[in-house]
Amino acid sequence: MSDYVEITLNVNGRDRTALVPPRVTLVDCLRDMLRLTGTHVGCEHGICGACSVLFDGEPIRSCLMFAVQAQGHEIRTVEGLAAADGGISDLQDSFWECHAMQCGYCTPGMLVASHALLEENPNPTDDDIREAISGNLCRCTGYQQIVEAVKMTARRRRETSNG
Amino acid sequence: MADTPTLPNYRYVSRKRRTKEDRRFITGRGKFVADVDVPGMKHVAILPSPHPRANIRSIDASAALALPGVHYVLTGDEIAEGTNSLFHGLDLPNVKWYPLAVGMTRYAGEWVAAVVADSRYIAEDAAELIEVDYESLPAAVDSEKIIDEDQPLVHPEHGTNVLFRNTWTWGPVADDFASVPHTVSYRARWGRSSTVPIETFGVVAKWDDINEIMDVWASIQMPQYQDQIAGALRIPMNNVRVHNDVDVGGSYGVKRGIKHTVLVTYLAKKLGYPVRFIEDRLDNMSGGDAHGPDRIFDITMAFDDEGVIKSMKIRALDDVGAYPGRAPLQLGKPMTALCGPYRVNSIEYEAISVTSNKTGQVPVRGFGQSPTNFAIETGIERVAKHLGMDRVEVRARNLVRKDEFPWKIPPGSRYDSGDFHAVLDMALKSADWNALIARRDTLRAEGKLAGVGIATCLEPGGGNNIFEYLFNPKLKITTFVESVLIKVEPTGAITAVMCTTTSGQGHETLVSTIAGEELERDPDTIRVTHGDTLEALPTRSPVASRMAIVLGTATSKAAREIKDKMITIAAYDLGVDKDRIEYADGEFSVRGEPSRKLAWEEVTHIAHKQFHRMPPGHELGLQAYAVQQVPGGGQMPDENNEVPLYPCFSFQAHVPLVEIDPATGKVTVHDYFIAHDCGTAINPDIVRGMIIGGVAHGIGAALYEKFEYDGDGQLLAGTFVDYLLPSAHEIPPVADFEHCTPSPLTSLGQKGSGEGGYLGAPAAIASAVNDALAPLGIEINELPIRARDIEAAIFEKSNEN
Repeated sequence: MSDYVEITLNVNGRDRTALVPPRVTLVDCLRDMLRLTGTHVGCEHGICGACSVLFDGEPIRSCLMFAVQAQGHEIRTVEGLAAADGGISDLQDSFWECHAMQCGYCTPGMLVASHALLEENPNPTDDDIREAISGNLCRCTGYQQIVEAVKMTARRRRETSNG
Repeated sequence: MADTPTLPNYRYVSRKRRTKEDRRFITGRGKFVADVDVPGMKHVAILPSPHPRANIRSIDASAALALPGVHYVLTGDEIAEGTNSLFHGLDLPNVKWYPLAVGMTRYAGEWVAAVVADSRYIAEDAAELIEVDYESLPAAVDSEKIIDEDQPLVHPEHGTNVLFRNTWTWGPVADDFASVPHTVSYRARWGRSSTVPIETFGVVAKWDDINEIMDVWASIQMPQYQDQIAGALRIPMNNVRVHNDVDVGGSYGVKRGIKHTVLVTYLAKKLGYPVRFIEDRLDNMSGGDAHGPDRIFDITMAFDDEGVIKSMKIRALDDVGAYPGRAPLQLGKPMTALCGPYRVNSIEYEAISVTSNKTGQVPVRGFGQSPTNFAIETGIERVAKHLGMDRVEVRARNLVRKDEFPWKIPPGSRYDSGDFHAVLDMALKSADWNALIARRDTLRAEGKLAGVGIATCLEPGGGNNIFEYLFNPKLKITTFVESVLIKVEPTGAITAVMCTTTSGQGHETLVSTIAGEELERDPDTIRVTHGDTLEALPTRSPVASRMAIVLGTATSKAAREIKDKMITIAAYDLGVDKDRIEYADGEFSVRGEPSRKLAWEEVTHIAHKQFHRMPPGHELGLQAYAVQQVPGGGQMPDENNEVPLYPCFSFQAHVPLVEIDPATGKVTVHDYFIAHDCGTAINPDIVRGMIIGGVAHGIGAALYEKFEYDGDGQLLAGTFVDYLLPSAHEIPPVADFEHCTPSPLTSLGQKGSGEGGYLGAPAAIASAVNDALAPLGIEINELPIRARDIEAAIFEKSNEN
């Protein structure tokens, strides 16, 4: 049997402790041990982006990292993207408004990638958005309604800050 | 804009409305199969065969079983003893199919053993410790060699690698060919691509031996799933409970999973604890339900000087891989629209299905229609080229005209409705065809290769798979039902129970929108559940672009029955005849006496709680169900093998502009315009999403995606590094324009829309690429047209010159 290692991660603002074999990936730790099943597994070789989470604010593939490597770091998953009041965020709301999904499987990863983009670039062009989500595969939508949702979020934020 | 007929002023249908499903997906609260946590469940990993074809001399699992945490290793001999062979669409008694290889492996990636362990990690470790002694054998790989030469037999007991071969002739083909001066013959080839959902297949099973219930949670989109589980396990069908409330992470046809499910349910029953198998991507691409049609078309079209096509001869040779399942029937569905949207007088169709040492083919979006559309459209381009005519004009001359519906095609389908010319015109105007050609020419003047594509195509919707009988006389199945149960609680709250899974099509939105429209209640207040298979009414699952048509019509019927029952109750209580009751906005009032009325909640209260106010003999409670047959279906083929197949026909015209880098062959799709008519769109955002997503899927099939094999039968594209799915970079903005010709056959005029983008895009992209390559004298009619294929063709041409 593998030896177990105790790790502590800050997940969605809370310190969480898990006992993991060293070879367990971060995504398996999040899903199977911390029961945060919003983050999905698509390819386990770093292409599809379904397992994207924010790692100290940066979007990463949680299938390509061992959980032990995340010791002491801040992880944010789709479950942690809610607005400050606990309701859905403006980005999530725009995804809903634009129907930026169908089956919903890639959606958490898309939200993570889009969230990171908007943190860095509040006024992205269509090309910026496509670049930001180009590491996240979606088989349902053809990406367009996702691009529209990200644009809508940026526009709403501008309107709110100007208003 | 084209002259769309005046449509009813719906309050919810066709309106911009948020979907019911999205809320759980944006919050990470979807319930996918890998999220199902059954206490005590063990995990399965698979050992695949490295050989395309080999005898299995022995399997030694002792080292695997000795690993701590490993519970069991299952091999083919045991499961072949303990279960029945899996179902094939064709009548193939000597083609046995089990979840694991029995005695012989028939493709690289075929599952040879399954390990059950405490975790997937341990199960994978153990799988690597299993020793298999193989005798590697030469493989049958090339479908053309398979029909022309002696090749190794994939299933020796069957005696041949040809699983099916038949020619049908509908109408006076020979006379029609003799009556016109021109023919063109060509080959079009569709590469082995598929739908490749981002979620792999997974299944969890739990056997309760006291109650004798097999609970199954699966990422499934399949007709007759529970029937086949029960059949394989030799247990009654009412011992199988499939939980239809599992969210399915994409399917587009492929999520069949029957061998996975039989494997896991067998293990759960034998071992006495819950068992789960979630494919990893490698399992999925080499040995799962991954591959789609792999088809060679040889076609001759006969036409006159005006470009009017009189007749067609089509030969389709399809390689279904090692285990056919339902795959050969994908040669049958295209009979539904075998000549596309064109007025062809007669057709000869030869369908050949061969088995090979490749991963088995499964149903893919459109069930064979997309390859066929591509092949037909290639012919239209050829006719135009032959006559030196404009390719848009050739299409316009052959399209069925608006006043000709219902239009019967030679194999028997009746196209229900449409205005093909208006939609084509809408696409050309929206794209500004002449300006697009001018842009193409500007790019060409700059030294680029550039092309404009055009494709028109039909999307048959609704199911009604009587073509199956033409492939297997044992399949006399003339229903393709879908059902819904609607009930209204004493408080007035409405719940609709649908009977199958959803894999992104938004059925909860569909049902709640239509029920809300019919009952004039806010769809957001209507709950839609997915009944499990022991509770649910008959279903054939969400395949065949059929749910808006069949589930939608069922919902209207059940809702109308609810309304009728409520009117009956209100009339009795108000002491008037039923025909004097008017219903609007949740109130039942007496016509002409608006003060005499009952609110929605009063009537539902009466129905459930106040027997003394109920009409004598009237059913208590408020519930109605509808089991909906496919409209227009139900007949067997006649003596000429003619039979009406799918009922409703959506139509689209696609216009892309592409640029090709002459140095690398890389294709960039700059613009994409589509005009589309699926009758009444129940939710416009859902329809638009499926259209654009389908176009993206079609761009993948046209330019990138192929399960490539080498000559020995080794799969060369088993990861996302080799099998290329288009990203947001490869898919251009798609401009979608909607026309509406309501279907006369459905409750609100709705038709299917789940397959349409995918059915037309490959043909449109091929048209654009070939337009770009035309100045070089190059034509490529084999999909996918990858950068390296274009580069090679350009290189070859320059050597010729």
